[in-house]
Amino acid sequence: MDKKIGLYICTGCGIGEALDIDALTKAGQEDSPACCKNHEFLCGEEGVQLIKQDIESGEVNAVVIAGCSSRVNYDVFNFGPEVLVDRVSLREQVVWTQPAGEEDTQMMAEDYVRMGMAKLGRMDLPEPYSPEGEELVKTIMVVGGGLTGMTAALEAANAGYKTLLVEKEAALGGWAAKLYKMAPIKGSFKELQDNCIPELIKQVEENQNITVYTGSKVEKTANGPGMFDVTINQGGKEVTERVGSIVLATGAKPYEADKLGHLGYGKSDKVITQAMFEEMAANGQLKGVEKIGFIQCAGSRDEEHLPYCSAACCVESMKQSITFKEINPEGIAYVFYRDIRSTGQYEHFYKSAQENGVIFVKYDQIDEVAENEGKLTVTLDDVLMGEKTEADEFDLIVLANGMVPTTALGELVQEPVEEEEDNGDEEQPTQPPVIKADLLNLEYRQGPELPILKYGFPDSHYICFPYETRRTGIYAAGAVRAPMDLVTTVEDATGAALKAIQCVEATYEGKAVHPRSGDMSYPEFYMNRCTQCKRCTEECPFGAINEDEKANPLPNPTRCRRCGTCMGACPERIISFKNYSVPMVGNMIKAIEVPEEDEEKPRILIFACENDAIPALDMAGINRLNYNAWVRIIPLRCLGSLNLIWVNDAMSSGFDGVFLLGCKHGDDYQCHFMKGSELAEYRLGKVSETLDRLGLESERVRMAQVTIMDYDKIPQMLDDFAEELDELGPNPMKDFQ
Amino acid sequence: MANKSILVVGGGISGLTAAVEAAEVGYEVFLVEKNPYLGGRVAQLNQYFPKLCPPNCGLEINFQRIKNNPKVRFITDSVVENISGEAGNFDVTVKTNPRYVNENCTGCNKCAEVCPAERDCAFDYGMSKTKAIYLPHQFAFPMRFAIDSEACQGSECGKCAEACPYGAIDLKMEAKTTTFNVGAVVWAAGWDPYDAKKISYYGFGQSENVITNVMLERLAAPSGPTKGKIVRPSDGKEINSIAFIQCAGSRDENHLNCCSSVCCLASLKQATYVREQYPDAKISVYFIDIRARGKFEDFYTRVQGEVGLNLIKGKAGDIKEDPQTKQLIVHAEDQVAGKITDEKYDLVVLATGMAPATREFKVPAGVSYDEDGFIASDPQVPGIYAAGCVKRPMDVAACVQDATAATLKAIQSTVRGQNNG
Repeated sequence: MDKKIGLYICTGCGIGEALDIDALTKAGQEDSPACCKNHEFLCGEEGVQLIKQDIESGEVNAVVIAGCSSRVNYDVFNFGPEVLVDRVSLREQVVWTQPAGEEDTQMMAEDYVRMGMAKLGRMDLPEPYSPEGEELVKTIMVVGGGLTGMTAALEAANAGYKTLLVEKEAALGGWAAKLYKMAPIKGSFKELQDNCIPELIKQVEENQNITVYTGSKVEKTANGPGMFDVTINQGGKEVTERVGSIVLATGAKPYEADKLGHLGYGKSDKVITQAMFEEMAANGQLKGVEKIGFIQCAGSRDEEHLPYCSAACCVESMKQSITFKEINPEGIAYVFYRDIRSTGQYEHFYKSAQENGVIFVKYDQIDEVAENEGKLTVTLDDVLMGEKTEADEFDLIVLANGMVPTTALGELVQEPVEEEEDNGDEEQPTQPPVIKADLLNLEYRQGPELPILKYGFPDSHYICFPYETRRTGIYAAGAVRAPMDLVTTVEDATGAALKAIQCVEATYEGKAVHPRSGDMSYPEFYMNRCTQCKRCTEECPFGAINEDEKANPLPNPTRCRRCGTCMGACPERIISFKNYSVPMVGNMIKAIEVPEEDEEKPRILIFACENDAIPALDMAGINRLNYNAWVRIIPLRCLGSLNLIWVNDAMSSGFDGVFLLGCKHGDDYQCHFMKGSELAEYRLGKVSETLDRLGLESERVRMAQVTIMDYDKIPQMLDDFAEELDELGPNPMKDFQ
Repeated sequence: MANKSILVVGGGISGLTAAVEAAEVGYEVFLVEKNPYLGGRVAQLNQYFPKLCPPNCGLEINFQRIKNNPKVRFITDSVVENISGEAGNFDVTVKTNPRYVNENCTGCNKCAEVCPAERDCAFDYGMSKTKAIYLPHQFAFPMRFAIDSEACQGSECGKCAEACPYGAIDLKMEAKTTTFNVGAVVWAAGWDPYDAKKISYYGFGQSENVITNVMLERLAAPSGPTKGKIVRPSDGKEINSIAFIQCAGSRDENHLNCCSSVCCLASLKQATYVREQYPDAKISVYFIDIRARGKFEDFYTRVQGEVGLNLIKGKAGDIKEDPQTKQLIVHAEDQVAGKITDEKYDLVVLATGMAPATREFKVPAGVSYDEDGFIASDPQVPGIYAAGCVKRPMDVAACVQDATAATLKAIQSTVRGQNNG
């Protein structure tokens, strides 16, 4: 289909007053659009009708709207999936940030209109990805048959999805099955509850949609979402199943009590773990115990053991202390704690424990737990008494020994060390570590399990999007994801089940999942020119690209999140999306007119992350903050998609500087694709070579990390950069144009 | 035939999440929000703990998800008045209050330039003023003005309508009621800061320099009333000392029985705001327990190390103002030192807890509540699910998790309804 681009310029919201619209139209016509029209209120009924008529008559099938930012009126200027639309932000990026009626303002607007035309000229309608000869399925696999796993399986099954539940033990139930009583997960949050696991097992077994594999482990997980080929080893017998997405619910293990010798474990058999308490309660062995003590944070909140708080232990010890008082109403129970962390309605449960006569004592440090003539003595700093105290005559001491995620247990995958060319001391961006925990055994180039973040949890790291792990279609839930209590576990499992459902539905339709939900574009590789440099396979934040033995990339588009990091990484520029490509951005750069040196109008090219930097630039406009007139902004999907050729092109065509605006990276990174801004900065470090070759200063190219709230700082940043460039003088390459 | 669409009540982080998560599985969603904008309480926050990142970043992504998904229809300025029927088939009545500004609004600001009337800015908790016709806030979605009918002088004035080139202002707009049919309901109406005036011994409302934690968020926000500068409200002066009073209303049988879950971490976070602006200020935190659960322990350790806190275990008894200096004297028992202390501060921040929105406005259906007004975990009305802080005080990530879970429950109701119908 031939592209027939219509250019529509809105003259409302002050655009018509600030700009010479005739001249602007002329600039737009350089690219010979099918039509070029103006309207004073384009987003109004009449304006939209104007565009619709042209589409219906067949005069145009792609639309450039030069008016307000794409962040507004997105619904008004939506002409259906068959019509490509690009928005040129004359309002927020030009007339609201530049003085009206000036030559520089006009030049900026004209450049943006030309850039919009150039961009749309290189865009095609994306077609949904559908793997050839492969069957896409909507079955969901849940790994781990404890409270989390059974909940996830049931919730998915109850929404009508076929579900596989794989449990390594001979029976379902997991850790929670061994609990004598449960802390409340419903009701008033004041009383003990009976164990809910037997009922849950019954529901799972009766559910027609769930296939249970007990005594089984996942030997291998190949392919990607919609078509994961899973090899399950069931007691020596291998079964293969195709599943669409995965919930990892393998839970946590109690922290090794053997390491808690300083709290008496191993020295006295009267010092036990929380799990041992449950066993004793179930076996009737607590009857007649006169005095019991619970030591909180046994391992947790301790740099030498688990630096984190295990979240569930306070409530578990309350439960155990109440259980103890139920069994032995005359018995004495102490809880030695640092902070009692019964958040939300568990506060009611804390009160119940106190009302039951459980005594809570705050400590700073436990010096010793020692056995003497069959009784235990705890020596501690009693914070409130302000002195060393001995609490004695205990028959039992229970250590609240915290939890360790199953993803943390195993050997670290070591990347083969390769000889690096020349950047010996330069720090390279690295992927997060992967531990061979033997849970999923993924056939991924970047390692066999979910990558881990701090403390071995495969958490997403996002506050707003807690289900985003770095492997598309694999959602961690429950205690494997983060330390959590029972109530949260049930909610977390249910939420993860929905994410798994979403993934199979989106994949089935050839669409991306979060954060570019619904995006139908995907990267295509022109393999003839591939040099097997492995940058794409190494840098993909989602492990989407495997490698064959000759280091050829093997893309798995259903694992892809469409950030374009591979496109930015590729030195041969063989990776592109239908609607986003290296030539597309290249043409936008070419569309900018770079004035001759004697005109004294420098040009600064800005690549801005469309998720945060672009909205921040919009905000600068909404606040009518004036900024430098030399800048020309190109939005990128993620700075990870920045291809260095653009920087080279810009510098060799006379731009005086290039400025990247990306998200914060480091430990508290805010990049929505994890590594994008970090990779961009790393790549930028490599540009200096090119600049040297061109005889240019490396200061001409730089990057800043900005947040969406930095709109008030960005104008100053741009002005400062412009000033520094001014001191360097014009780019000498201008003469060669 | 059962209805596959879902009503989501509340456009804050829980409601937004529920709406987009449902729509991205293919369900039709009606999102009803009482304010003239989406985003809820989180839009008013300066930063999230523990990453100290701006909430607008995640909201922007969620708004993009709505923009790209025609299955979400949202209605602002609206409340749900009635729900009848059963899972798979609920009739819902929604009342939309007049905004007096229609879809023609381009957000150009010409109206506000001519408006002669002012109002207290609710977004800034009354600490700043806007015109009677106003953009709810800088990142408002939808980016459209609204008129505060109490502040507006009405059609007699009409200056805004004259100034608007786009015919976007209709001063005669009236409330309207719409009804629609849905298969399930997610109630995510969120929370209100507990009314600090009810804790009379802390002097909120009498002493200007006693503020609440939500107010401090606005004071620290670059878009807030002081452009991000934390100063004393009484005289705009810089501060040398500040006290955070934890459990102001929470864990207290005279106020809220439960723990509000987030206030400890919120105060730790706010301590970082203060430290950034005042390297030498004294920052005290009066607490019962510091509840930095799970991996938040890390944040607690980091703040203690980097910010330097004067942690006082003990609940503050009362707060009195020195009438001369407008300083505040916090009277408390320091349980560790074992003595009564009376410390002076320039500014006191009450870590007021979360009162569920359902404490004031009940779900118009037979839902039960706990003693603090949270929607009880059981028994529920089949087909109506609570999500987020109407259910339990929780932080943002927990709200997102819970809203995602509630969405699946709602989807199941519509699936069940279909099988039966």
